[in-house]
Amino acid sequence: MIEIINTGVANIRSLQAAFDRLGAAWNLTDDASLIESASHVVLPGVGAYAAAVAQVDQRGLRNTIVERINAGRPTLCICLGMQMLGQSSEESPGVEGLGILPYEIKRFSDNVKVPQLGWNTVTPNSNSSKQFYDSGEAYFANSFRLGEPPDAATGWNHATTDYDGSFVSSIWKDGVLACQFHPELSGPWGQQLLQHWIDGGLA
Amino acid sequence: MLKARIIPCLDVNDGRVVKGVKFQNLRDAGSPEELAAHYEQQGADELVVLDVSATRQARLAMLETVEIVRKQLSIPLTVGGGVGSVEDAGRLLNAGADKVSINSAAVRNPDLVNEMSTRFGAQCTVVAIDAKMTDGQFQVLTRSGTEAETLDAVAWAAEAQQRGAGEILLTSFDRDGTRSGYDLPMLTAVTNACSLPVIASGGANSVAHMVEAFEHGAHAVLAASIFHDGNMTVNDVKRDLADQGISTRTLVS
Repeated sequence: MIEIINTGVANIRSLQAAFDRLGAAWNLTDDASLIESASHVVLPGVGAYAAAVAQVDQRGLRNTIVERINAGRPTLCICLGMQMLGQSSEESPGVEGLGILPYEIKRFSDNVKVPQLGWNTVTPNSNSSKQFYDSGEAYFANSFRLGEPPDAATGWNHATTDYDGSFVSSIWKDGVLACQFHPELSGPWGQQLLQHWIDGGLA
Repeated sequence: MLKARIIPCLDVNDGRVVKGVKFQNLRDAGSPEELAAHYEQQGADELVVLDVSATRQARLAMLETVEIVRKQLSIPLTVGGGVGSVEDAGRLLNAGADKVSINSAAVRNPDLVNEMSTRFGAQCTVVAIDAKMTDGQFQVLTRSGTEAETLDAVAWAAEAQQRGAGEILLTSFDRDGTRSGYDLPMLTAVTNACSLPVIASGGANSVAHMVEAFEHGAHAVLAASIFHDGNMTVNDVKRDLADQGISTRTLVS
């Protein structure tokens, strides 16, 4: 069962429809014990950084999510869900992210149209030892992003995308996959990525 | 690099896709779910579904249409037409839309843009602007083109951006359904005045028209007749665009 964390603010119909098409059973929950015990968990994210972090904290889910991810258990973090793994974001100064990785999320500069809205190429780092997805085109809808990849010594792999220079469009380690783009809206390529994550293809 | 987007548009009336000229004389063009699947398979980057229903009964049917289309669609879905409030937008998002476009109601009550953006995020707040050339200005029209407003499309696009919109869907009333090409002066004026992605709409009949739109600042092009008539598939269009140096998402077979 895939437990989708209900943060109350994210629009997750597309994600549910994608899992339905893949024949993967899902459930919407904010129950910490379910999120702790589930084989697969999704941290979706749409909306503002501060609101999303507040929803996680109000439901008392912070530690449960952090422990799952640190243990490398199958967890998918989408869009704002990926941004929340860091320490902070320019979008909401002073708000503490989940702090799993030592990064600050920054806004795209005024040199480009913001938000980035549309399809862009995702290229996995060629040094990644565990390639579970090929380079492909994904749908993005974001104004903020992770600029620098995690230190390779941490064991996190990453993929990059070019918009206002290069940014980190995905990171993954063990069963954890975080995407700045929306795999559920990224056509057959995105569906395949979701299937790999469900199958444990990252490990 | 961000790709140019090709967006087929389905105008839906009471559960059926229709197509008109200058927003009038609607004729049947098929079922929404069949056309949606068809265009996705052809390589559409996104789909826009606009409710052009006139009755409340037909509007309720729209939610069902959105649910059915969402189930099969693995690309973004924008829904609009008759959205009057944040609650209306919420219902469409809950039915499976990824973005909601607002038009007449936002002109009447511009705060609706702020409210939607705050509640659901800029990325799903699309401001649709219908306009026509009047006395050297691009005059905004509302209620399916039937009411002329004392509002300039260029100024309105800039205001929508300040209020938190994430995208502009710009339709030329003069060009809608005429197959004479997008309104390039209007597109240039709006893309210069506002830094949001702009979807050009109204008048496409050829790949050359789409190339012009991209060269005049469009981030995406919307088209209906060209695809409904079956003369060209989305993939045909993309192949021709590639020949002209415009990069789009490649179709994964």
